[in-house]
Parts: sequence; C-alpha cells; structure tokens
Amino acid sequence: MNAKSTYHLSCPIPKTEYEHILMAHGGGGKLTRQLIEKMFYSGLGNPILEKGHDGAFLPSIKGEIAFTTDSFVVDPVFFPGGDIGDLAVNGTVNDLLCCGAEPLYISLAFILEEGLLMENLWKIVCSIKKAADAAGVKIVTGDTKVVERGKGDGIYINTTGIGRILPEQNISPENSCEGDVVIINGHIGNHGIAIMSARKGLKLNTHVKSDTQSLSGMMMDLFNKVPGIHVLRDPTRGGLASSLNEIAQSSKSGITLYESSLPINEGVRGACEIMGFDPLYIANEGKMVVILPQESAQKALAIMRSHKEGTESRIIGKVTSSHPGILQMETTIGTHRIVDMISGEQLPRIC
Amino acid sequence: MKHIDEYRDRELVEKLARKIGKEVTRNWNIMEVCGGQTHAIMKYNLLQLLPPEISLIHGPGCPVCVTPIEMIDHAIALARLDRVILTSFGDMLRVPGSISDLLTEKARGGDIRMVYSPLDAVELAASNSEYEVIFFAVGFETTAPAVALAIQQAKKRNLNNFSVLVSHVLVPPAIEALLSSADHRIDAFLAAGHVCAIMGTHEYLPIAEKHRLPIVITGFEPVDILMGIFHAIEMLEQGRFGIKNSYSRIVKPEGNQKAQDLLKEVFVEEEREWRGIGPIPLSGYILSDGYSNFDAVKRYKLKKGIAADYGSCMAGLVLTGRKRPSECINFGTTCIPERPMGAPMVSSEGACAAYYKYHRSSANLQ
Repeated sequence: MNAKSTYHLSCPIPKTEYEHILMAHGGGGKLTRQLIEKMFYSGLGNPILEKGHDGAFLPSIKGEIAFTTDSFVVDPVFFPGGDIGDLAVNGTVNDLLCCGAEPLYISLAFILEEGLLMENLWKIVCSIKKAADAAGVKIVTGDTKVVERGKGDGIYINTTGIGRILPEQNISPENSCEGDVVIINGHIGNHGIAIMSARKGLKLNTHVKSDTQSLSGMMMDLFNKVPGIHVLRDPTRGGLASSLNEIAQSSKSGITLYESSLPINEGVRGACEIMGFDPLYIANEGKMVVILPQESAQKALAIMRSHKEGTESRIIGKVTSSHPGILQMETTIGTHRIVDMISGEQLPRIC
Repeated sequence: MKHIDEYRDRELVEKLARKIGKEVTRNWNIMEVCGGQTHAIMKYNLLQLLPPEISLIHGPGCPVCVTPIEMIDHAIALARLDRVILTSFGDMLRVPGSISDLLTEKARGGDIRMVYSPLDAVELAASNSEYEVIFFAVGFETTAPAVALAIQQAKKRNLNNFSVLVSHVLVPPAIEALLSSADHRIDAFLAAGHVCAIMGTHEYLPIAEKHRLPIVITGFEPVDILMGIFHAIEMLEQGRFGIKNSYSRIVKPEGNQKAQDLLKEVFVEEEREWRGIGPIPLSGYILSDGYSNFDAVKRYKLKKGIAADYGSCMAGLVLTGRKRPSECINFGTTCIPERPMGAPMVSSEGACAAYYKYHRSSANLQ
C-alpha cells in the first residue's frame, strides 16, 4: 500500500468542533472516544489496533522476542527533518534492530498538554503512520492522557517495541574483540544540531536537518546477508563517543577511532565550532554503529551503501586489545588521545 | 572547512615540530596562559610531538576556575530570591560554591537559565518586566565587551529590571602577579590570542621587558600553538626577550578600538580576588559610575564574604603552574568531572578537566 495515499494532512476532527486538545479528551468519555476513533484509528488503524481491547492480541512469534521501551520529550516538537512522531517510531525501531531483531509491533502512549493544536497532533499522527509504514511495523495499542496547560510541553510520547530476534545473529556489546572494525552508516551530529538550530534563543543559522530515519531496510538486508555481526548500537543521546565508550567498557576491549575518517558535514562542523560542541557527543537518530570482523567488512559496507540510509557508510575505527575499556582517537595530526564519555549534558531534551 | 583545516594540517604540524626539535638545545618551561590553549594542547596531544626539553605548564586562564567562591555564593543567594531569573554561561552553573552550585539550585526551584550571550539576558529582561533578570558575568577581556554592550543596551532601553553580577578578570595583571612570585619557573609565555585581539599587544611589552622573557601572542589551533612555541624557543635560545605576535591573522597590535572604548565606558579596574591565587591589584572590572545602577552587588546589597580556599584541592597550585593536574592526589580519584572538588575539573577551560578528559593520567601522555 502506498503510505502517502492512506492519509492526508487535514485533521479529521473539524476545526469548528475542537481546535485544541481539552482536558476532556483525556477523561475517558465521549471526547476521548472521538479522539481515538477520528485521530488515531483513522491515522494509524490496522485490525489489531481497531479491535479496541485494553491490550493488543498479537499472533505468536517464533523464537526469542526483543522488547524495548522509550520516551520522547523533544523540544521543539517540530524540527528540521522531522517531528516527535517519526522520531518516536524510528527510535523504537532502531532500538529493536540493535538487538538483532526484526521490528514488528509498537505501542504508543501520548501525554498531551491541554491546548495542543488538534492540527499539530494530526501532523504528528501522520508522521507516525509514515514512519511505521516505512519501517514495516504496526502500531497495535496505545493510551492517551491529558495534563493541564503548563504542565506538559505540548506532547510527550512513550513507546514500547516488540521484535523477533533473528536466531542467526548473536549481537551484544560484550562481543567486540580485537580484529573487528567499526563502521557507521553516515554523517554524525545532524539530529542534535538540527534541534539546536530550531531552539528559541540560539539563532544558529544552519540548514542541517535531523537524520531521523528507520534503519530497518538496510539492517534487515545486512542481517540476512552478513552473519556474525558482533555489536550494533544506535548512537543517540551522548553521540558516537558515548556509544563506543559503552561498548569498550562492556567488552573490555579498546577502540581506536580515526578522526580523519569521521563523516561530519560542514553545517554540523561549523555549528560545533561556533558553539564549542564536539560532534562526537552530538545526538544522532538515524545512525548505526556496526562492529564486525575485518573479513566481513567489505561485504557489509557494500550492502549498507546500497541502501539510501547507508550511502555514506565507512570504516571509522578498529577494536584492539591494547587499551582495554578505553576509546582512543588517532587525531588528524597523527597523535593519540582518549575520547571520554560525556560529562553532564551537552544539550537537554534532544529526543 | 576553510580557515580551520589549514591550521590542523598534519604535514604543517609535523614540519613545525621538526623545526622546534632542531632549535631547542636545553630545557625550557613555557606557560600557555589560556585554558582554551590548554585544552587544544591536550585534545591534539601536542606533547607527543614536542622534544622532551620543552615543558608546557598551564596558566590561570580559565575564568570559571578563578571566579572567587564568594561570587558563586552571591549568585546562589540571588537565585534563591523570589521573582529573580539568574542567567549565566553554562560552565558557571556546575562550579561548586561553599554550600551549593547553581545546577543544584535550579533543581531546587531557582529560575536559573543558561544563555549563550549576555544580550539574550537583556532580551529576557525586556520580555519579563515583572521579573528581575541578573546576568552572572565571568570571563576575561574577550567576553567583557559583549557584557559591556549588554549593559549599555539595558541602559538605553531603561531596563531597570536588569543587573549584572560582574566577575570579569584581566590577563596582564595575572601574568605580572605570576612573575612577581619568587618561586615561579616560567621561561616564556604564550599569551592568549583572543584577549589580544580585543586589547592589542601593548600591555605585554612592559611585562616582557621588566622580567626579561619572551611573551608570544598565540592562537588556538595545533599549527598556531606550535608556531607560538617555535617563536618562544627561538627567542629563548637566542637570549632575546620582548613580545612577538605569532597570531597576526587575528591580532592587530592596536586591538579592537571599538571594544576597548566600550570597556572604558562601562567598566573600571579594581583589585580582584582570584580563586586559588589570592588578590591581584587592578585585575578585575567593576561597573563605572555611569552604569553602577546595573551592579547586582549594589542593588541587592550583597555583603563581602569570606574568601574560602580550595581545601585539599590543589587548584591554586595548578592555576599558577606549580603543579600538573595529574600530580594532585585527588585527581581522577576523589575529584572527577561529575564530582569536582575544584573548578579546574569542571570548566571546559580547566586544566584538570583537560587532563582527565583527554588523557586520564600523565601515564597516557607521551
């Protein structure tokens, strides 16, 4: 089914009726019902969701199940390259992929602030639908609560995700070992800088867009064709540096990054130079760190590059036994230094 | 990226390192004044490229580190007042005062906001007339002009709900104070290029001549820093002293006249306490008579507190170049960025933070 043909951008709750979310939309009565039916069923509907039970009845899944949860509180809700809706779906899908699982089902719990424009909620629902279709997942259950004006920030979304673990893959951060290479599927730092540029008061004049995207297509292809992947991690909050530090610590192996190989676009670099940020710590929402044995690297790169999410895939580092638990950088001038975990927060409310 | 990549060029860096190696014949201690330079040295591990005869010692140029504890306590007291919005730069929020820090106060309910420019604080005052907006101003001569401009704008716009807690400090008096102590071991200075971009170079010549050493105005990229070191070594080896502008693409001898005029109008110099170092004559700014209405110390009648010390923290010795961060017994054990004992472990310009972040211990430095 063509995702674009299933919905359009005009809100199904007529403006003349309710332009904004009211407290009563979370009250469990007629308005809640109307919101669920007109907004959520018409935007996200599928037979499992529309059964309207207190929970979803899912068909049996063969083998181990991956189960994840995430909350989204991004500020602002709409940002260059996406909004809280596709961010929530993509983030949950990518977390399942990191477990070596095929993403199947997602739940959505909305915490809406009284006064949220119905039109904006509809835009977010449309983004959710589009992202879920692109990733091949179904929204199967949900919940809606409304908080008083001033007690939320428009909208928060909590998700859970369920996926089928692929038995042929055994992915875990402890698995990285000497001789592995570190691959990333594209430019780093775009999401964080896009959010920053959309924030009030920062006046950061950049055209950087968030990289929020589902990596389902690329990763499922990789899972099917390249067995023996050791580690997967989506470098979201805390950026690439934090993800690789966690992997180095879990596996008690060292990781060396090549600074000159890091893909960072000019807009992100420029913004980081001005603001004093390090792109290694800036959040990504459509990136995957893939760690696998050197001998599988070229095949993996070819597969990743054949997908639009991975055209810029490249090797950015290696796993070594020489500095266990530590992420080291070979700098552009050929010297070495540690790349630490981020201390404190570089920028809050990023996802 | 133009104007950056050429100053991080590997070939150029290696060529400069070789030139330095050829020039040096004996041991020299060179102090880089600015914390930004310390961080660049650690981030690019320039020590790995330098001959063993050269020791880089790190100076007091971390404004957050030298901000007296009394000022942080003042800021905390102000943030606890009703209908007050306290604003400052991000680094300042994490520095421990004598009983608390601003991030903790924020979590407890204080309206404390991080801004990227003092002008943002002025806008905040304009759009929140029922609140008092206070900007906690720290920094050297580099950030002072923006603060001066903000205060000037607030005056022009009659924003009586805006005031500034001024804790600005000045570089040349600090260099003079370091050189006046009997036990210093500094053979040459790398002066902070961006301070000189504002103030010019003339203040440094009398210091260089009085103490008969080289002061080299230096930038912040690897090539800039190595160039500064090369010029310092060249002068030291030839027995010359005086000033050398090694950052002429940014620094003009006369500096930025407009910024200097602004500073003269809004501020006057006075003695200032430097945390970990002590009082230094004429080393800080207070507001001039024409702008004293905007002085938060006066407006809120803040009382002078006790200048508390760092306790077992060696910040004072680190800030004056007498100890390396890794020589402190607390470094990396009881003192880490998440649980700092002193500001040098907190600030993005602090030497302890640079050592910890990029190398953990001196063992990792080559």
